[in-house]
Amino acid sequence: MQLDSILFYLFAVQILFSALMTITRRNVVYSAIWLISSLVGVAGIYLLQGAEFLAGVQVIVYIGAITVLFLFVIMLVPVSEEAKLRRFSSQLWIVLAVVAALTAEMAYFLVKGADSFQMGEPKPTIEIGTLTTNSEQIGQVLFSEYLLPFELASILLLVAMIGAVVMAKVREGAE
Amino acid sequence: MPVTHYLVLSMALLMIGTVGVLTRRNIIVVLMSIELILNAVNINLVAFSDYLQNVNGQVFAIFVITDAAAEAAVGLGILIALFRNKETVHADEIDILRW
Repeated sequence: MQLDSILFYLFAVQILFSALMTITRRNVVYSAIWLISSLVGVAGIYLLQGAEFLAGVQVIVYIGAITVLFLFVIMLVPVSEEAKLRRFSSQLWIVLAVVAALTAEMAYFLVKGADSFQMGEPKPTIEIGTLTTNSEQIGQVLFSEYLLPFELASILLLVAMIGAVVMAKVREGAE
Repeated sequence: MPVTHYLVLSMALLMIGTVGVLTRRNIIVVLMSIELILNAVNINLVAFSDYLQNVNGQVFAIFVITDAAAEAAVGLGILIALFRNKETVHADEIDILRW
């Protein structure tokens, strides 16, 4: 068993187990911590695939900002004691049945179509000394070919920031 | 690792996130399940980026992360505004618009 396979299965088990724990915990803070664990596993998967810039971005942005934001909001929104009684809505079993059917269908397609993923030439062999780093490759593409989506993303973040502030601030003279 | 393994992982995470979005009553956990779904999509994108030796998938994944950050911020702002008016975080108790 190669190290690659072992690491993949380790990270996969961590991701899926943490995701299951995220959606089933009573305590919302525990759910957030399990989400962090799942996101760490995803960052590991990115590292396995040679996407080290994306792994860094994942840790800094997803774990370091988004989940911290979740924890802040959980802190600000008090959970009453009786709210801990019913976790799942009344459609739990219907949803589980539908999702199981959907999973079976997608797994069938994946298994059936696994050969069609042989797309053309295999991974090219890499000569020593010709590698550009992953960050450099992303930079080359992001600021030339994808410049417009990049600028639009910055405008999106500005709009989201304004929106979040407007939604959450206390209005003067409100009831 | 053959790319199919990553696709199965992505699909499993997507399904777990979907169950979380559809069944949990607590809105914060619903938002967290949406983040799980977005991460499943990202795993898929990066798997194919690695398989095809093309960096475009990772650039797409960066934009998905950007989008997820913006959506989490606005969603939590809405949650705070909602909680200020209704004093509950449970999705099925928010039924003002129900006919």
